[in-house]
Order: sequence, then structure tokens, then C-alpha cells
Amino acid sequence: MSLKSFLKEVLVPKELDQQLDKIKKPVGTLGYDPWGFNTDTNKIVLALFSGIYNKYFRVETSGIEHVPDTGPVLIVGNHSGQLPIDGTLIAYALASRKKAPRLPRAMIERFFPTVPFVGNFLNQVGAVLGDPINCARMLENGEAIVVFPEGIRGSGKLYKDRYQLQRFGNGFVHLAMKHNTPIVPVGVVGCEETIPALANIKPLAKLLNIPYVPVALPVIFPAKVRLNFGKPIYFKNEDLTEEQVTRRVEKVKSAISDLIAKGLNERQGIFE
Amino acid sequence: MSTDNVKKITDATKNTAKKTANSKLRVATTKRSSDRRKPIKKQTVLITGAAGALAQQVINRLRDSHNIVAVDFRKLTYHSDDIPSYKIDFTKRSFEDLFKHYDFDSVIHLGRISSSEESRMRRYNANVLGTQKLLDLSHKYGISNVIVLSTYHVYGASPYNPALIEETAPLKAAELTMDLVDSVELENLANIYLWRYPDLNITILRPCNIVGPGVRNSMSSLLSSRFAPVLMGFSPIMQFIHIDDMADAVSLAHKESRRGVYNVTTNDWIAYQEALEYCGCTAVPIPSIPPALTRTITSFLNLRMFPSYLMNYFKYPVVINGDNFNKTFGFKPKRPLKEIFRSYQEEKE
Repeated sequence: MSLKSFLKEVLVPKELDQQLDKIKKPVGTLGYDPWGFNTDTNKIVLALFSGIYNKYFRVETSGIEHVPDTGPVLIVGNHSGQLPIDGTLIAYALASRKKAPRLPRAMIERFFPTVPFVGNFLNQVGAVLGDPINCARMLENGEAIVVFPEGIRGSGKLYKDRYQLQRFGNGFVHLAMKHNTPIVPVGVVGCEETIPALANIKPLAKLLNIPYVPVALPVIFPAKVRLNFGKPIYFKNEDLTEEQVTRRVEKVKSAISDLIAKGLNERQGIFE
Repeated sequence: MSTDNVKKITDATKNTAKKTANSKLRVATTKRSSDRRKPIKKQTVLITGAAGALAQQVINRLRDSHNIVAVDFRKLTYHSDDIPSYKIDFTKRSFEDLFKHYDFDSVIHLGRISSSEESRMRRYNANVLGTQKLLDLSHKYGISNVIVLSTYHVYGASPYNPALIEETAPLKAAELTMDLVDSVELENLANIYLWRYPDLNITILRPCNIVGPGVRNSMSSLLSSRFAPVLMGFSPIMQFIHIDDMADAVSLAHKESRRGVYNVTTNDWIAYQEALEYCGCTAVPIPSIPPALTRTITSFLNLRMFPSYLMNYFKYPVVINGDNFNKTFGFKPKRPLKEIFRSYQEEKE
């Protein structure tokens, strides 16, 4: 018995196993898809993550029903916290949704595949390199995709810049228009405080060929996380100039900003 | 078959038909069957890279229906009495004598020195200049069906590769290392000839990792070994095709003769380190960052099956999309990954 099969047997409760089996994924004979998603690894991680989601970050969600039960959808949120904890929490929230659970794919920054262990791990749990070709294929397959249009500008920002949305790329709106896909905005509150970074050691980052090396404590703080999902936004597939597309991007950005403000207003303290 | 023999068979058929001709229908049927027996001239095919396991499999598939001439620039190999075999350097003038002596109808060019073999210069001469000579001669002698074996390596292993790369994607391997220039150049050359001389009907095949019994490329050597190097923290998604399936693909492409460039792969995927596990290999981790350290270690180890210039292929995935080939040629690989890996595991027991 391989280590993976053993871990699956020991760690994955039957109910979770059955719940995840309901979600059909186009994988090959050994449980992998072309992007590296692996059914067993995904089950093990979700089983382990249950405690982290419920007990450590005590995640609260609202409006999760706005994510359609089936078909392509882009779930667009603010990015923060040095590590892609936010994407994982959104994915878990949807996978554990009672009605019509979904296993969304997260579009990750281009530097992740270059980071040992992390890149492969993220692929195995469903994350995919944020490339327009990948995203288009996934939408054609009817997948739900988590996108952080700020990219590393968002995840790598310092604690002093928390909850300040950085520049959004326009790619996700182009894809949404081209594939007639709804955009569900999500405001993530709490992840900024999980790994507060005071500075970025740029020379070391350059040496290691990674985008940033944060000066932070080697601890992930148990900040309470709120995920506020907004109503789907639909954009017609029209022939627009880049400026017009940017206006549409700003509309999504503004919706996310409102959802973040809602989350910040709701919380009593960082750790509540 | 000689003309006398053919004549004998035809006369005998006619006599039989007369004796048993109770009805016109029956005569007609017999006549038709005698037409079928008319000897069809077997086509002659030149197969390069004859010393390789894939060529051997392709020869086995074509030998009954074709006259085969086998050549290799590495060594002389014996196939059978009815298959002439030569060891020839394609860049030498004597190579043309083969085209004068045999009336080739088609060429299956499998004779590519893989990137783990020979020196860079020798590979360039054999793969690029040799192929150019082969295509020039094919054009000169009116050959109308050429199959060229390329590799998925031409796409290059980059962290920014999307999955399911299609044939139209740029060939970025040459950006990575000079050691893969010959693979890309061979492709470019074949592509130029494909458009300049459409009559050659060139079909370029870009397969994923070809593995299975007898295959000696770097990937097959890794799966065969008890201890296989891996880059710490990297286990890219890979694709494997069994040599029998690949030989079927080459035979199909040869039979159908539809010019173009095609990826050839299975619709199945696995992470490299898990593939090693299935094959009963023990993974030996090598530090993966900083990249200069990895290069130094792999250059020092100097392993043929794990050359330093292929490092990125053990770090980042190059997942290709074979749908175009499957649809065009009606190809369906038969051997699942588990079966492929089982044979490697059994080798070790």
C-alpha cells in the first residue's frame, strides 16, 4: 500500500469521501488530471484542512449560495497573506457546501510552480497556473475557478498596506465575456493578519528567483476569517476597447471592496 | 511473385470456374475472386533508426505488407533475411545510392539521436544535417509519404507552460539549452519542407515519453533503474506512451499519410515521482534550489538518464494534447499506465 492510500484510509472520513465523490472530475486512470489535480491528495488535504478551516481560522461565510450549482463561474477575490491560504479557504468552503458542493480550481501566480514542494502540492489540490489558456480550458470544462486578479501584488503586500486593493489585471473579465461566465465577487477578511509581513528582502528574493521574501514571524496567526460572497456579475460579450474592459474590472473591484468593508465592519477584533 | 506463377494461378482459376459453372453468378464470383488475387506490388519503405526498439516494432507491423529497407547511423542490425539493413551516415554521398538502388515509396524517419546520446555536434550533424539530406533525397526521388519522429521536448519545460499544449504552441526548448537545439532545428527543417514540398506529405509526430520493453531513452532508463534521481520538491505531471502504441501510431500515420504536425500521447497523466513508485524505483532527491547547485550536482554525476540540460523537464510539466492526432487518424492507445509501469516493476523482481 502506498503512503497516499494509507493516509487516505486513515484520515478521510467516509462521509467526506462520499461527499467528494459526488463531484465529478475528468481524471485519468491513476487519479490525475492534466493540471496535476489528484483525487486522493485532494481528499486527504480537505480532511486535514477541516480542523484548520473550522477550528483554527473559524471561517464564517455569507452568500455562498451565489456560486451557481453547476457550470463555469469565476470567483474573484482580494489576495493577501503571503501564502495562498485565502484560495484554499474559499475552495474548502465550496467543497463542504451542503447543497451542490463544488471543487473549485484556483488560478495561482506564475511564481508558484518554481517553488519546491509548494507548487506541486497546490497543483495536486486543484490549483492551476494562472494562464489564460488554462483558464479558458477550465471554463470550457464547466469548472468553478478562483481568481485573484491582484496576483503577487496582493499576496506579497506588507501589513501596513492591508485591505488596500492593488491593481487588478484585466484578463479575468476578458475570459468571463468570451465564455459567457458569471463573476462572483468575494471579500476575504482575516487572511491579511495570518502572516503579517513588515518588509520584503528583495535581494534574497532575486537570488532565490522568487517574487518576495517577507520579514515575518515563522507563525501563521489564527485570525478569524470571513468570506463574503456577492451576487453574480454578468458581462455581455462585446467588442470593447481595453479602457472599457478596465471599467468593467473596476466594477468588480468595487464590489469586492464593498464586501471587504462589510467583513471589516462585522468583525469585533482580529481574533474575535 | 514471378509473372509465370501469377499466370499459373490465373489459368487454374479460370479452369476451375469453367468446370463448376452451374450459374452465371457463380462464374462472376469466381472471376472477382481471381481479380483479387492479382498481385499488388508491395510498396517499399525506408525506415531509419533501425537499431532502435521503436523501429523494430514498426518493422514488425509493416513487414508483411511492405518491402522494408532498414538503416541506422549508429550500428548495423539484423532483422531478417528479407530485410536489407545498412549502417550509413546520412550526410555521406553513399546514402544516395540506396535511393538509386531501391525504389522507395515512403520514408519513416525514426533515426533521431536522442538528447541524452552522443555529443552536441554529432547530434546536430545526424539529426539536422542528416534529416536535411534525407528530405532532399526524398524530394529528388519523388517519395510521397514521409513520417518524421520528433519529441515533446521541443515545447520546452517552463514553469509558465499551460497544460494540454497544442501543436500550434511555440517551440521554446532552444531557449532553455543549446543541447536541445538540434531537436528544434529538426522540427523547423521538417516544417519548411512540409510547406515547400507538399508532395512529400510530411507527417511530423511529437510523442510524449515513449517507454516499454527495449526502449533505451533517458526516461525508460530511469524507470528501469532501482534508484532514480528526483529534484527535491518537484514532481511534474508526465505522460507516457507504450512503445507498442507508439508503433501503432507510426504505422497509422504511414498508412493514412496526412501531412501536418501532430502530438501523440495518451489521455492519462501521472506525477513523475508517483510513476517511479509504481515502477518500484527508489527516489533519490537532489537539491533543486538554487538552480546553479542542481546544475553543478547533475553535471558532476554525469548520468546519461538524468542529464543536466533536461533538468527543467523534471521540474516543470510539459503536458501535450493529442486530440488532433486521435481524431485525424482514429488512434486509440491500448496500454494503460498501470500496465506500462507493471512491466518495469516486474523487471526488478
